[in-house]
Amino acid sequence: MNALLRKLPAFAAIAATGVLSLGSTAAQAQGKTITLCWAAWDPANALVELSKDFTAKSGVNMKFEFVPWPNFADRMLNELNSKGKLCDLIIGDSQWIGGAAESGHYVKLNDFFAKEGIKMSDFMPATVLGYSEWPKGTPNYWALPAMGDALGWTYRKDWFAKPELRAEFKKTYSRELEAPKTWTEFKQVAEFFSGRMIDGKKVYGTYLFTERGSEGITMGVSNVLYPMGFKYQDPKKPYAMDGYVNSADAIKGLEFYKSLYKCCTPPGLTNSYMGEGLDAFKSGQVAMMMNWFAFFPGLYKDPNVGGEKIGFFVNPSDKTTGSQLGGQGISVVAYSPNRAESLAYIKWFATPEVQKKWWALGGYSCHKAVLQDPGFKKSAPFAAEFLTAMDQVVDFWADPSYAQLLLAEQKRIHDFVVADKGTAKEALDGLLADWKKVFKEDGKMK
Amino acid sequence: MMAERAARSTPAPLALRMRGLSDRAIAWLFIAPTMLLLLAINIFPLIWTVRLSFTNFRANRPNAEIVGVGIDHYVAILTDPDVWGPMQATAHFLFWTILLQTLIGFTLAYLIDRKFRGHGFWTTLILIPMMLSPAVVGNFWAFLYQPQIGLFNYIVSFATGIAPSSFEMLGSVKLAPWSIIIVDTWMWTPYVMLICLAGLRSIPDYIYEAAEVDRASAWRQFWSITLPMVLPFIMLAVLFRGIENFKMFDLVNLLTNGGPGSTTEVVSITLKREAFEKWRTGYSSALAIILFVAVFGLANIYVKALNAVKNR
Repeated sequence: MNALLRKLPAFAAIAATGVLSLGSTAAQAQGKTITLCWAAWDPANALVELSKDFTAKSGVNMKFEFVPWPNFADRMLNELNSKGKLCDLIIGDSQWIGGAAESGHYVKLNDFFAKEGIKMSDFMPATVLGYSEWPKGTPNYWALPAMGDALGWTYRKDWFAKPELRAEFKKTYSRELEAPKTWTEFKQVAEFFSGRMIDGKKVYGTYLFTERGSEGITMGVSNVLYPMGFKYQDPKKPYAMDGYVNSADAIKGLEFYKSLYKCCTPPGLTNSYMGEGLDAFKSGQVAMMMNWFAFFPGLYKDPNVGGEKIGFFVNPSDKTTGSQLGGQGISVVAYSPNRAESLAYIKWFATPEVQKKWWALGGYSCHKAVLQDPGFKKSAPFAAEFLTAMDQVVDFWADPSYAQLLLAEQKRIHDFVVADKGTAKEALDGLLADWKKVFKEDGKMK
Repeated sequence: MMAERAARSTPAPLALRMRGLSDRAIAWLFIAPTMLLLLAINIFPLIWTVRLSFTNFRANRPNAEIVGVGIDHYVAILTDPDVWGPMQATAHFLFWTILLQTLIGFTLAYLIDRKFRGHGFWTTLILIPMMLSPAVVGNFWAFLYQPQIGLFNYIVSFATGIAPSSFEMLGSVKLAPWSIIIVDTWMWTPYVMLICLAGLRSIPDYIYEAAEVDRASAWRQFWSITLPMVLPFIMLAVLFRGIENFKMFDLVNLLTNGGPGSTTEVVSITLKREAFEKWRTGYSSALAIILFVAVFGLANIYVKALNAVKNR
C-alpha cells in the first residue's frame, strides 16, 4: 500500500503533464519558453517588465502565472505536491522553504552558485536566512533572495500636518504630532485620530490585519509581539518554547494588539488583509495603515493619497525592535523540464545591474550593491525605512509543518482578538500546546 | 397467414443479431462504461479514503514513511473539542436554515398556489436567488453586510433607529452565524417552495370538493387534506436541503471564512483546512469518513421515515 501511495502523485503528475503539454506544444515550437509563478500584486508587474531584458538577451520567452494572494499558497503548494510542471521558476513564500527543500520540490542551488560565482554574501544576511537557507543557519541554499519585504507603516502626512490637529495633539500629549516611534506613541496617535471628522468624513486611527483564513492576523500581531519581547523558542535550545511563546511580554503584546483593534480600527474590518488595508487607506478612512513595503511604491504614486500626502515609518519599537519578515526567494522547480533556462534566468537576475533595475521598477532588491549604495536611502521616500526594517526582521516558522503552525496561531489569535474568546494567556497557552503537538508529531520534540 | 406475416415483421432478439452474446451480456456491455466510471470516481476514492484514514499519510510529504496508526485518527477526532465546535456550528446552521426555509418556502408555495393575477411573474421573481452562483451571492451579501456602506445595515437602521455602523453582521460573534443563515435562507427558500408547490399541485381538486360537500372548514381542509398530502414533498425538500447544508462550504468561506474566531467554522471548512492547508491527509480522511457515515446514516433513517409517511 505504501508503494502505491507513493506512486499516486506520480500518476497525477503524468496526467497533468499530458494535459499541460497539449497547451505548451505550440509555444515550444517557436522557441524555449519558461514559466515563472508568483503572487498577483504590484511587484509582479515590475518583474514582467524587467524580464523583457532577459528574453532580449537570451532568446528565452517568459510566461507568467500570477495567483492572487489569498489563493497563492493553496494553488502553488498543490502544484508542487502533485509534482506539476506548470512552473519552471517559482517565487515562493519564505515559510515554504523547509517543506519544499525536504520534499524535493526545489533544486538545491549550492553547486550552481559555486559554478557561476554567485555569492550569498552579496545579499543582505536577513534575506539569505529568510528566503534561501534550509535548515536555517546552514549554507544550504534553495533559492536566490528575490524580493525583500517586511511589514511597515504608511500614514497620512497631510493630516499630521494640519495646524489645528498638531496644536490639539501637543496640548493633550505634550509632544509633536509625528510618525510614532514606540507602541505607546502609536496608540496615542491612533486614539487621537479615531472618531475624528477630517475633511467632512469620520476617520479612524489605524488599520490592522485581522484576516482569519490564511496568515493575515498572525502577520499583524507578530509586528506587535516581536518588539514587545515575544520569541518563538529558546535561542539556545531549539523547539523549547515554554516561557517564550507564552511569556509575560507575549501576553502583554497580544493584549495590546487587541486594545488597538478595539479602540482605533474602522468597523467591519474583522477579516481583512492587504487589499482591504489599501482600500481603507486610499478611501481616507484611516490615519495609519499596516502593510507590506511591497505596496508602498504603488501607494506613493496614488493620485489621491500618494505624493506629499503620504509618509512611511518603520514598525514601532517597545522593549526591543522587530518587524515581521515578508518577501520571497526565487527557486527552480525540481520537476521543470527547462532547468538550464531557469538557472540561466537566476544567473541573470543575480547580477548587480539587473538588481538595480529591479529596484528602479518597483521591486525590492536584496542585493548589497543596491541596498548599500550611498544614494539608496534617498532613492525613494520609503527606502530608508525599508533598510531599517530589514535589519530588524523576524520570520515565522519555516519548518515543513509551517501551515499547521500558522493555522493554529490564526485560530488562537482570531478567537481572542476578534471573537473575544478567553484571555491572552489562554490564547498563547493554547497556541503553545498546539505547536508542541505539531512538533511532537514531526518527531522534533519528545 | 396473418400470424406468419406478423412473425416475419417482428425483429429478431438483439442477441441473435450479435452472435455469441446473450441479451444479459449485451445489457452488461451497455451499462459497463457507467459502472466503471462510477467505480473509478466514487467507489475507488471512497475505499482509498478509508485506507488512508488508518495511516499517517500526508500528501505534501511524498518521501516520508507511511505508518499505520490504527484507529488513532478516529479517536482523536471524536474527542477533539476543535472538531466538536464545528460540529455544533454545523448543527446550529442546519437546524435554523431548514426550519426557516421550510416554513417560508411552504408559506410562499401555499400563497402562489392560490393562482392570483400575476402569480407566474411572482414565481419567477422568487426563484431568482437560487439561480445565482453561490460565489456571486457570497460576495454580494458581504457588501450588503458592510457596516459602513452596506444596504442591510441601513435597512435595519431605518427600521429600528440603531446607527448603521453600530453593529457588524459578519464580525460579531452573536450575529455572524445568523448572517449566514439569512443568506442561505434567502438563496434556497425558493427551492423548497418549488418542491412544496409541486406537492400542492398534485392534490386532486375532487378531494377538496368532497370536503366542501361535507362542510369542512378551510382550517380543517388544511390540516386534514393539504398538510398530510404535501408532507412527503416537504420531507423530501428537508432531506435535500439537509444533505446540502451539511456540506455547506461556499457561502461560509466567502462571508466569514469561519470567523470571527471559529464561530462560523462549519465542519466542511475544518475538513478543507485539515486536508488542503495543514495537509493531514490521513486525519482528514478519517474526518471525511465520519461525516460520510453520519450523513449516510441519518439520511437512511430519514428516508425510512419518509416512506412510512408516504405509505400511511
